[in-house]
Amino acid sequence: MDVGLVQMQRRLADYANALFKEGILDSQYLQLQELQDESNPDFVVEVVSLFFTDSEKLLNDLSRDLAQPNVDFKRVDAHVHQLKGSSSSIGAERVKNACIVFRNFCQEKNIPGCLRCLQQIKQEFLLVKSKLETLFKLEQQVVAAGGSIPTVQQPSL
Amino acid sequence: MSLLHVLGFGLKVGHLLWVLCCWVVSSISKNWLVFGGEMTKAGFVGDGGKMSLNWLEKVLENVYKIRHGHSNQQAGSKRFRTTWWRKLLFTWVIGWVIFSLWILWYMSSQAAEKRRETLGSMCDERARMLQDQFNVSMNHVQAMSILISTFHHDKEPSAIDQRTFARYTERTAFERPLTSFVAYAVRVLHSDREEFEKAQGWKIKRMDTLEKTPVPKDDSELEGLEPSPVQEEYAPVIFAQDTISHVVSLDMLSGKEDRKNVLRARASGKGVLTAPFRLIKTNSLGVILTFAVYNKDLPPNATPEERIEATDGYLGGVFHIESLVEKLLQQLASKQTIVVNVYDTTNCSHPISMYGSDVSEDSLEHVSTLNFGDPFRKHEMRCRFKQKAPLPWLAITTSFGILVIALLVGHIFQATVNRIAKVEDDCHKMTELKKRAEAADEAKSQFLATVSHEIRTPMNGVLGMLQMLMDTDLDETQQDYVRTAQESGKALVSLINEVLDQAKIESGKIEIEAVQFDVRAILDDVLSLFSGKSQENGVELAVFISEHVPEILIGDPGRFRQIITNLMGNSIKFTEKGHILVTVRLVDEVMNSTDAEKESATGSTLSGFPVPDRWLSWAKFRIFSHEGPASPVPTSFSNPINLIISVEDTGIGIPPEAQSRVFTPFMQVRPSISRTHGGTGIGLSISKCLVGLMNGEIGFVSIPQLGSTFTFTAVFGDGCPISKECKSQQVKGRGDSGTSEFHGMKALVVDSRSVRADVSKYHIQRLGIHVEVFADLNQCLHAIQSGNARTDIVLLEWEIWDKNSGLSAIFLNKLRDMKPRVSPRLFLLSNSISSSRISAATSDATGPFVIMKPLRASMLAASLQRVMGVGNRISCSNGESPSLSLRSLLRGRKILIVDDNKVNLRVAEGALKKYGADVVCTDSGEKAIALLKALHDFDACFMDIQMPGMDGFEATRRIRQMEQTLSEDFLLGESTSEPRENISNFRLPILAMTADVIHATHEECTKYGMDGYVSKPFEAEQLFREVSRCFQSSSNHNL
Repeated sequence: MDVGLVQMQRRLADYANALFKEGILDSQYLQLQELQDESNPDFVVEVVSLFFTDSEKLLNDLSRDLAQPNVDFKRVDAHVHQLKGSSSSIGAERVKNACIVFRNFCQEKNIPGCLRCLQQIKQEFLLVKSKLETLFKLEQQVVAAGGSIPTVQQPSL
Repeated sequence: MSLLHVLGFGLKVGHLLWVLCCWVVSSISKNWLVFGGEMTKAGFVGDGGKMSLNWLEKVLENVYKIRHGHSNQQAGSKRFRTTWWRKLLFTWVIGWVIFSLWILWYMSSQAAEKRRETLGSMCDERARMLQDQFNVSMNHVQAMSILISTFHHDKEPSAIDQRTFARYTERTAFERPLTSFVAYAVRVLHSDREEFEKAQGWKIKRMDTLEKTPVPKDDSELEGLEPSPVQEEYAPVIFAQDTISHVVSLDMLSGKEDRKNVLRARASGKGVLTAPFRLIKTNSLGVILTFAVYNKDLPPNATPEERIEATDGYLGGVFHIESLVEKLLQQLASKQTIVVNVYDTTNCSHPISMYGSDVSEDSLEHVSTLNFGDPFRKHEMRCRFKQKAPLPWLAITTSFGILVIALLVGHIFQATVNRIAKVEDDCHKMTELKKRAEAADEAKSQFLATVSHEIRTPMNGVLGMLQMLMDTDLDETQQDYVRTAQESGKALVSLINEVLDQAKIESGKIEIEAVQFDVRAILDDVLSLFSGKSQENGVELAVFISEHVPEILIGDPGRFRQIITNLMGNSIKFTEKGHILVTVRLVDEVMNSTDAEKESATGSTLSGFPVPDRWLSWAKFRIFSHEGPASPVPTSFSNPINLIISVEDTGIGIPPEAQSRVFTPFMQVRPSISRTHGGTGIGLSISKCLVGLMNGEIGFVSIPQLGSTFTFTAVFGDGCPISKECKSQQVKGRGDSGTSEFHGMKALVVDSRSVRADVSKYHIQRLGIHVEVFADLNQCLHAIQSGNARTDIVLLEWEIWDKNSGLSAIFLNKLRDMKPRVSPRLFLLSNSISSSRISAATSDATGPFVIMKPLRASMLAASLQRVMGVGNRISCSNGESPSLSLRSLLRGRKILIVDDNKVNLRVAEGALKKYGADVVCTDSGEKAIALLKALHDFDACFMDIQMPGMDGFEATRRIRQMEQTLSEDFLLGESTSEPRENISNFRLPILAMTADVIHATHEECTKYGMDGYVSKPFEAEQLFREVSRCFQSSSNHNL
């Protein structure tokens, strides 16, 4: 077997493991991967990019809502709920956790807390975005090199 | 007497005050307790300081009015209250000090008044007596004047001369004890002077020249007996007592005082007194009394002129005032206590003392006026007490007593207030602590729920992945590893579920369903669950359900199963030899069973190992106590079935010291137990709660090294109250499960143990086979050979078969000798795997065949079918994995997913597609309704609950409404609509998707017309459960 390919596969596996270890992703992502098969080859990428666009829109909405003089917390809460739902669906754990904190602040109507959380969510989102993009790039490289992507990656606990 | 009276009064007043205080304290404190001491300062601003009754009333009113429960005000009010109490107490003390001072003053003034009155009365008494005595003496003098008038002036010549007068007066002196002497002066006009002088033989002399005269106020001492100067008239003394005979011939009118007296006496016609003077001889005080003597009787209203005209002479007497008073006082008691002074107060500014000395220390004085018959002269008697007034001890003690009582009351008051404040404080503290404890408990439950939930989610990932992994191509070892991992994972999940259950029970969120279920099927399931383990251990597992227990019950099968599983799991865990027997009976059946049955029941056991007396396990049940059966347990079922279920094992038992905490959560007999046997120790606690929710009770009896028996009761509804209907269903049910082919067969069971035989009989009878029981082989053989009826099956306990192999061989041969058509098939009932080996060696076409225990209807049927060759093989889908089942269940189904979150939508779509479903997605409730409006061909719908705009509940409600109208239309206008092949479209199964599993409840979902809920992201098992339930019910509709 091609040594380069093996190395590439290992890098990919290490990278993915690191993502789980750091808590950026959780088991849900694995389930997501599981749902991808021959009939649906780009399922993960599709869902994740959907998540990216959706979340970016939501984050923009949130920034705008919180900048209003009279913050409509119901609206904000609905947005955060959406974000939480989608992040838990793709397994972006840290985004999800930040969302939970955000919702607590939202219930308290604590604007500074919300803003802080929004900032954190943005950071987490950018982080998971860049990480996942890198991951996809690695996967593409592996696929381009003719290798297969290791399907099941057990998070080392 | 008076002292007692006052004391009594004091006590009464004290008592009254005491009662009043008690009432005030109690009523106030009661009010404060009732209203929790919630007062605000506002009500009292401006009132502070004024401690009047009015104020108190106002305060109380405010207490009634103001009832705000703000905790921040409580501290303030408390502070206020203490100051308020302080003020009240202070006022109380001050008030009582003032009151006692007033009492002191009042009582001492009373005493002084009394003293004054006493003095006054004594004084008046003395004065009156003195006056009387004086008047008596005066009357005597007056009588003498009348004597003189009669015998001197009216007689001619006079019957009285100096000698006669002297003698007479001397002899009548006893009548006038106070009069020292008397003298008589005659009125002589100037014209008659010479004649008079001649007749008397002496000249009228001037009085003021006389030495040593008793006449007062004449201090000048003139020499000789000077003849009186010429006057208009004279009053020479003509008679006198011998002792004062020297005054004879003195002109009384010549003395200043005497003249005044004489003139006054004759004008008034009454006795006239001089001012007191000191008598020369006795050196005591005296007064001179002068009476006028008239020559004729005068009318009482005679004018002074007439009186003067009628005057003949003047009689004078000297009174000893001092001796008079002295004598008088000696007559009276208590003369020592008072001092008497008598004064002549004619001249107000210079009263002349007539008697007594100012020796008294007391300032209190009483003055009584004396009337000695002379209107011109005024006399007074002044009395004083000799001693000073004593201190008013009574008043002092009384007031002091009252003060002491008041202070005591105040002290009690204060102590009470302090006590109340302390108790209130404590109460507040307790409430605070209680709140905190409750909050902590709540937090614990929440924590458990959250953590369990959070663990469950990744665990499902792990399990799912393991499931996937098992589907891949693995070698033997890998398979084993994966299976172990999966087992562990499942154990963990079930543990977490237990913890979740516990949390749910603690937060009261657990619900008991009421659905129809078959209790026998459930016990068969549980039995098969544990059969593997029991076979490994060589423990005999058996279930016996009384024939009186209805086939179909209404209740919560899941929870019932959970209880049984818990109890059996425990038994399996702790039992290494012997048996585990589950018996289900009706409570009435157990209660009505006689003692003999009880004896036989305890005499022999399933495996022959001794067990504790199971009757003891329910000895404490309410339902068995005397009042139990009379008052049925309140239940929602119209036709309640009271079941009593016992799980009996021959395990290691529970040590007596641990028996009391068996039902305490997380409590195990020893910490080491969890190491050797695993488990969290909450199973029993959960079971107890669940039993409680089923209106039952749980109890146990356990003897170490002998075994334990857990017994619980539960109330269910009767699924088929009419027994016939039930029977027909039963038959039908058997037909479905492929057991009806055994109907009418006859079986013989050979077993020496009646309990075990009963269990076997129960299971065989369930297949519709007629059963007879024999204790040993000979009897059985005899029955087969002699019996007219055909015997189809003989079931033999392995124990009996094994015990006497010779007899067994003969028995087998005998059976084989019979004609093949009628020859009964021989089965051995065996418990351990080892026995199957032997049977394999000896068995051939006619048997014996081995049936592995535990006996279950389905398994028994399958074994019999295999041997007897009746019926068809029934495919059993129980062994299939959830994902495979899911695939088969969902393949080709058209499913609508509604979720506003695109990502979630996509993931759910992917997941369902993976199981072969045909998925349509939509992102809002409105669109979902639009899609479902027409006669659609969806098989199911997964609906997100929380969506902007129309949420899942609302959407479901509308969909159900639509379906309602649609089905009505369909029923009404059957002809217009094209025939539909699937009526189930009128009720589309809708499942809620929710991330919040803890708060999602089946009840809530069904309330809105949903059929269930699945967690988001999907868990294969739960998904399978819910989906299968939906499709099952819909397929039932189809049938």
